[in-house]
Amino acid sequence: MAILLTSQSRVIVQGMTGNQGRFHTGQMVAYGTQVVGGVSPGKAGQSVDGVPVFDTVRSAVAETKADASIVFVPAPFAKDAAFEAMENGIKLLVMIPEHIPVEDAIAIVTRAKDLGVVVIGPNTFGLISPGEKTKMGIMPNHIYKPGPVGVVARSGTLSYEIAFSLTNAGLGQTTVVGMGGDPVVGQTFVSVLEEFKRDPKTRVIVMVGEIGGSAEEEAAQHIKDLGKPVVAYLAGRAAPPGKRMGHAGAIIERGRGTLESKEKALTAAGATVVTMPWQVAQAVAGVLQ
Amino acid sequence: MKQYEYLAKQILAAYGIPIPAGRVVDNPLQAYQAVEAIGPAALKAQVLVGGRGKAGGIKFATTPEEAQKLAQDMLGMNLKGYIVERLYAEGKLNIEQELYVSVTTDRNAKAPLVMASLAGGMEIEDVADEQIVRRYVDPRVGVMPYFGREMASALGLTGTIFKEFADLIVKLYTIYHEKDAELVEINPLAVVNGHLVAADARLNIDDSAMFRHPEIEAIEEGSELEKKVHEIGLAYVELDGDIAVMANGAGMAMATLDAIEFFGGKPANFLDAGGGASVEPTAQALGVLVSMEPKVIFVNIFGGITRCDDVARAILQVKETIGIPVPLVVRLVGTNEAEGVRMLADSGIAAYSEMAEAAEEAVKLAGEGR
Repeated sequence: MAILLTSQSRVIVQGMTGNQGRFHTGQMVAYGTQVVGGVSPGKAGQSVDGVPVFDTVRSAVAETKADASIVFVPAPFAKDAAFEAMENGIKLLVMIPEHIPVEDAIAIVTRAKDLGVVVIGPNTFGLISPGEKTKMGIMPNHIYKPGPVGVVARSGTLSYEIAFSLTNAGLGQTTVVGMGGDPVVGQTFVSVLEEFKRDPKTRVIVMVGEIGGSAEEEAAQHIKDLGKPVVAYLAGRAAPPGKRMGHAGAIIERGRGTLESKEKALTAAGATVVTMPWQVAQAVAGVLQ
Repeated sequence: MKQYEYLAKQILAAYGIPIPAGRVVDNPLQAYQAVEAIGPAALKAQVLVGGRGKAGGIKFATTPEEAQKLAQDMLGMNLKGYIVERLYAEGKLNIEQELYVSVTTDRNAKAPLVMASLAGGMEIEDVADEQIVRRYVDPRVGVMPYFGREMASALGLTGTIFKEFADLIVKLYTIYHEKDAELVEINPLAVVNGHLVAADARLNIDDSAMFRHPEIEAIEEGSELEKKVHEIGLAYVELDGDIAVMANGAGMAMATLDAIEFFGGKPANFLDAGGGASVEPTAQALGVLVSMEPKVIFVNIFGGITRCDDVARAILQVKETIGIPVPLVVRLVGTNEAEGVRMLADSGIAAYSEMAEAAEEAVKLAGEGR
């Protein structure tokens, strides 16, 4: 089992014929994802790795019965692409681009809520379900393996670091979800924790958070009732206030979004909070015993 | 992207929000002329830091001569690390009452949030919760005039001020929406002669939306080095330690700083070389670290999309061209790891595979740590 993305998910790639779209279509196909089509306006009839390209999401969905889409189009066009997907029945939408205007992100997640669409991102590495042999995203294929750990992260490479350390310790994953590094994203730690709660295969959950916002504090409220252990690692202890640390959302603003506040809330809620990424695997092994 | 006060006020005025009489001044003679024209005025340093007043960045001049003298002292002064290049001379107001109003993006609600208070003039964080009226905007609906009237009513305003306030809320939201602001704040929103005037204003534009606002000047914040690295398209923040750091991905870069502090060292910077950076930007980024003249350089790479052999190529390129005159610690794992590690080994650079060991070594070489 897994959450949100399973081997049944039928995936299209918006922006498939661009550099990124082309490369990652190949990677997804190689991993086992059911990539059933691509969309690149004006490129209908072409194919990428044997996958047919369509001019519109409408024609791609009509032809392939796709229910999930991963978006690679440049940020200024991402809102249009997201709405095109949602208005044509896509129910799982992964938004890879960074630098999408916040107002566009608000419009996307608002519409998604009305239509019952799950949005992952923007500014995410996507999500991967190793036991289902499927992924929608840009993460490397070789660092995951099936197992009982659910991972939810804000950051890409840091989650790779942690997933790989779990894999090396023999601790496989049900699903690894990247929420995205932007201020406004489709998921919250709470919404992903709820998904993991319902997944019988997930026995422990790893949260990889960072400074900025209060998503970790909100998650802490839910950890008590989760019925599954949570291990949390948060990045940004050394970050000065008022500076954006790479991610648009990673900023301590007017005294809010500090690591101390987040770790305190998570610890009080019963999560195992570790201070360094290399301590995660050991903590997970500990709570699994 | 923060905007200077005078630019923020120009935008407010363009949307029909009353602002005090004012002039931008960049030499003492202009300050003289400004006060001659508008009368007694506040001279306000145009810098992007809070708490200007307390730091000596706001002075009052009653005569043109006084303004000229004050401007002479203020222009070029260092205010919390920022050099004052411009002043804004603004007519003195006889303020009867101070209110607060802002529109901002609420990350958790994923919606715009309008806040207002009768307790204006201080930072909103210092105002008691029960003194603040908060209302979320449904992005499908936006802000219609009734929204403004309901906020005015919730604040207990009456008469002329009620009407002006309700009207102002609509205009403020229009600015937030049309200019892609992440914050537009008027504090204090002053009552002068029975009418509302925006006495001070803050406007931050969403960096990601700058592409659709050619009318707004991009104001790069930060030190010269920060600006330089931002120009090559990388995220960079200067810190005050002496171990220069490069990692790929924002989260990894943050975790790398944390690891250095964990072992008792002090990072000199945050540098995200990108989640999928190729040879050239990685070499440029490394070049910046060399130019900082740190005690040690620590490169921490988890190659996913980034390929370890590309990183190795970038390191060797910098070593052969500008040279790396300080100890270099490289941690390299992931895609094409074997190739990258071999290339470095051939040039006498031993790469680590564990982040903890590498971070500890970097701290040790800097002569710090526990």
